[in-house]
Amino acid sequence: MKKEKKGWREMPIGLVLEAGTSKEFETGDWRSDKPIWDAKKCTHCMICWIYCPDTAILVKDGKIQGIDYHYCKGCGICAEECPPKIKAISMVREEK
Amino acid sequence: MKNLVVARTGNEAMAEAMRQINPDVVAAYPITPATEVVQLFASFVADGLVTTEFVPAESEHSALSACVGASASGARVMTSTSSQGLALMHEILFITAGLRLPIVICLVNRSLSSPINIHCDHSDSLASRDSGWLQIFTENTQEAYDTTIMAVKIAEEALLPAMVTTDGFIISHSMERVELVDDKEVPNWLGERKVKYSLLDLDNPITLGALDLQDYYFEHKRSEIEAMDHVLPIIDKVQKDFGEKFGRHYSIVDEYRMDDAEVAVLAMGSTGGTAKVVVERMRENGKKVGLIRCRVYRPFPKEAVLKAITKSKVIAVMDRADTLSTMGGHLYNDCRSLLYESNVKPLLKNYVYGLGGRDISIEEIEGIYEDLLAIKKTGKVDKDIVYFGVRGE
Repeated sequence: MKKEKKGWREMPIGLVLEAGTSKEFETGDWRSDKPIWDAKKCTHCMICWIYCPDTAILVKDGKIQGIDYHYCKGCGICAEECPPKIKAISMVREEK
Repeated sequence: MKNLVVARTGNEAMAEAMRQINPDVVAAYPITPATEVVQLFASFVADGLVTTEFVPAESEHSALSACVGASASGARVMTSTSSQGLALMHEILFITAGLRLPIVICLVNRSLSSPINIHCDHSDSLASRDSGWLQIFTENTQEAYDTTIMAVKIAEEALLPAMVTTDGFIISHSMERVELVDDKEVPNWLGERKVKYSLLDLDNPITLGALDLQDYYFEHKRSEIEAMDHVLPIIDKVQKDFGEKFGRHYSIVDEYRMDDAEVAVLAMGSTGGTAKVVVERMRENGKKVGLIRCRVYRPFPKEAVLKAITKSKVIAVMDRADTLSTMGGHLYNDCRSLLYESNVKPLLKNYVYGLGGRDISIEEIEGIYEDLLAIKKTGKVDKDIVYFGVRGE
């Protein structure tokens, strides 16, 4: 349902908003290329995790779990930075 | 209450006020003729007379940016600048006002380049008049000191930033008799700054100054305009309170011998003081002249100015800056606009004067009053806008 927009009298003074509203932003729908992570090839070196500008590499207990497609914009940095001998991430055309 | 009487320049008096206010944060960059304000304040910091976090920034843009961050965290914040320094702060002025941060600038009026010049006119503050800051022009050293203290309270109550101005060199470097409030009384009177939100309140995190496009920008601007609309009663209240407590009374628009004045000068800043001397002289010779001084310039005190200028038949609107719009000075344009819907319309003549610090003397102001008296007789203004005191006219 669409949220009703507030009038100026109802808004907090001074451009203040609640914290963390960017979490609601689905930047994943900007994507035209999609990274595909191969669990079998991955050595969990964490280079993609370091480079990802959107913290969209999911990690649990020091192991990479996959990619958070809700936020991943498909920039391809992870695929580019994954060591050449490993190549655990490949970019494919996004199709819906 | 007994006040301490001292001799101080405008800059020294503003620095003294800052010492007594003891702001949480001061971030600044030096510029003539405002350098001394912060230089003296820096020595107060070094001597342990204040507990202020002092940030010597690498430019005025950075200085005001640091002030914005500090103020958003809930600190009481002040700075000082002049001319090109204020111009370099220009971008951040709008951000300060939009975020509703009550920062106070001690502004020493100086001409804007080009040509480069260090002396007084009002082009620097007036170029910032649409930034959403409160602007209060002071007439002398005492008023600069008192207004600096009052501005903190006004700004924090209105949640809007304020600049208090003195005329460069004319006030900033002239030694005058000043009555100081007791050191302890200033922080007592001001109290602590109360904030609803703070960037440092980790239990209640906020987002401040987010991107605001077609859907909300206009609403935020509208509420800023509304805030400006409520400032004058706050200034009035604070000035009354200050007067009751410390014995010096200020008004939003200063009227001097206006009750039966046939003609009057409307001015801002130190020229008001010079014109008062002229009014006294001419009154002794039976000439009914008066003076109006616009002390608060932003927000523009519409009702008070209208009430004052409609008391006389002819008004000289004195502008120490030009809008370069071919429409004369700032104050003149405000007054003309004000009179559009007024039934009583005094004749206006705009005197753009004193650019780049060119002096205006008692005799010259007397000449202006004589002009006004002549206009009153003929009922005609020969020329709407004159550039007074410039060679070659």
